Amino acid sequence: MNGTIQAPTIEYALLSPMLIVFGAAIIGVLVEAFAPRYLRKSIHVPLTLLALVGAFITTILTALNGLPDKAAAMGAVAVDGPSLFIWGIILVLAFISVLLINDDEQFVAQASAVPGSTDEEEAVRSGFAQTEVYPLALFAVGGMLLFPASNDLLVMFVALEVMSLPLYLLCGLARRRRLLSQEASVKYFLLGAFSSAFFLYGMALVYGYAGSIELKAIADSLSTVTGQDTLLYIGTAMLGVGLLFKIGAAPFQAWKPDVYQGAPTAITALMASTVLVAAFGALLRVFWVALGGLEWNWQPVMWGVAILTMIVGAVLAITQTDIKRMLAYSSVAHGGFLLTGVIAIGTFAQNTQALSAILFYLAAYGFTTVGAFAVVTMVRDAGGEAGHLSRWAGLGKRSPVLAAIFAFFLLAFAGIPLTSGFFGKYAVFAAAVSGGALPLVIVGVVSSAIAAFFYVRVIVLMFFSEPAADGPTIATPTLGTSAVVALAAAATVVLGIFPQPVLDLADQAASALFIR
Amino acid sequence: MTTHYLVLSALLFAIGGAGVLVRRNAIVVFMCVELMLNACNLAFVTFARQHGNLDGQLIAFFVMVVAAAEVVIGLAIIVMIFRTRRSASVDDANLLKY
Repeated sequence: MNGTIQAPTIEYALLSPMLIVFGAAIIGVLVEAFAPRYLRKSIHVPLTLLALVGAFITTILTALNGLPDKAAAMGAVAVDGPSLFIWGIILVLAFISVLLINDDEQFVAQASAVPGSTDEEEAVRSGFAQTEVYPLALFAVGGMLLFPASNDLLVMFVALEVMSLPLYLLCGLARRRRLLSQEASVKYFLLGAFSSAFFLYGMALVYGYAGSIELKAIADSLSTVTGQDTLLYIGTAMLGVGLLFKIGAAPFQAWKPDVYQGAPTAITALMASTVLVAAFGALLRVFWVALGGLEWNWQPVMWGVAILTMIVGAVLAITQTDIKRMLAYSSVAHGGFLLTGVIAIGTFAQNTQALSAILFYLAAYGFTTVGAFAVVTMVRDAGGEAGHLSRWAGLGKRSPVLAAIFAFFLLAFAGIPLTSGFFGKYAVFAAAVSGGALPLVIVGVVSSAIAAFFYVRVIVLMFFSEPAADGPTIATPTLGTSAVVALAAAATVVLGIFPQPVLDLADQAASALFIR
Repeated sequence: MTTHYLVLSALLFAIGGAGVLVRRNAIVVFMCVELMLNACNLAFVTFARQHGNLDGQLIAFFVMVVAAAEVVIGLAIIVMIFRTRRSASVDDANLLKY
């Protein structure tokens, strides 16, 4: 304090996974600007995949080198066990999704051309492709890495936007059914911006209460500041709105089916798997690290949200006739199951158990989701993907292997033993029971049963009904899509039969809990 | 004395929120979201004054940059759907439902 300014210390090595992803994204933008059109895709794909692999390797190296005991970058980014585990999941899922993005001519030839116009015909005929998809996906992944690792609310807000903004754009780029795609993009954007405004105002109120936006300072202020409780409570509620929106918890789930249905399926796969992981990381950090001392106040509300989310997700999924919308509501229900783990905060051992359960669940759910959406890309009609459930009738007779794999993914969603979904659900519910949330678990089990009904209904439809004469064709899978389906199916089997290594890893990641 | 600014900020936020809910034009809805962000900025600066630290003022700058980025993305999306539908009304975009 003698007039000199201390240069901030940045731990570049710890932050390297994010730096690699963002660096590659920026190079991708330069490629877009300078490389000739015919070369772009062949530069983007290896660059994107290499960046994700590189980031994954540096994540593992960081984990092997031992974790720091305080947050990096002057306390702004917390690189701890849960962060690294979440980074690992996000990077692997993003890698698989990029294979899917690369594989399919799902993206619009020229986003600026009006659908049905001569401009569009011209663009399609010249074989244009909107290769900006790759850098946009990388930016989104970079934001997802930062979001659950942010140790103050400002970084979290910026990461939230860096994650969301590219996704808003990506949603609007479907080649077929462009009106649906553009509508999904507008809805996602307006609702997303609305919810981040709530997050921001919540952040302002919590800052007004605590005088700081660092999570640790907020946690400390809970016991020292008096007489400002209104600010804190309203702020907490608004932060919760922003985060629960990203998870798609009821009553903020309305965007999810629309966006999942309208977006190009490869992007839906990326969103459905990774955003949930990142958002749960951030939710846990805000509610456990910063507001852990306030658990008696937010727990009852979170109970209500979790119950509503599980029931709304499971019940509304039954009424759906579109496969992507059905998977979207199923994702809402899974968000509810995961919330039961968030509520199970308590003693140190209790927190470790719940955290490890959530981490395992996120990994298991992510793989299954990517696989399910990859299968959806392969069942096609004249106008693109055959989304309507009636078109899936008799798929088991036309293409037994594909239908069997899809049935397996659905069983994993339902949480049948010997699939990854079973262990995920078991772990989360066990944590919730020992956290004293038994009624919540009962609601969870009941809604799992309701959910199992509509998963099994699709399986019955695929195997026990006659295929329509003009039924959908099964696209011959390219190398990328088959790799995605195979990887996702393998992960679902392995996590279902030998979950121990990943459970151990999740335990280990959770054992140190979040650093403050 | 800072209370007045906080009340003003809460009012602006409420006006923005109500606007998002009742207005039909996507551009106006989006302007209302921006109004909400500016209400947040006012709250941040006021609290910074109250606490006597600079965090809040600094955050206001970040929020401005984020809001600018959001405008770029938002207008691109809204213009895209306007060119297709010849309408920016959020009521017209009703293909995705149930």
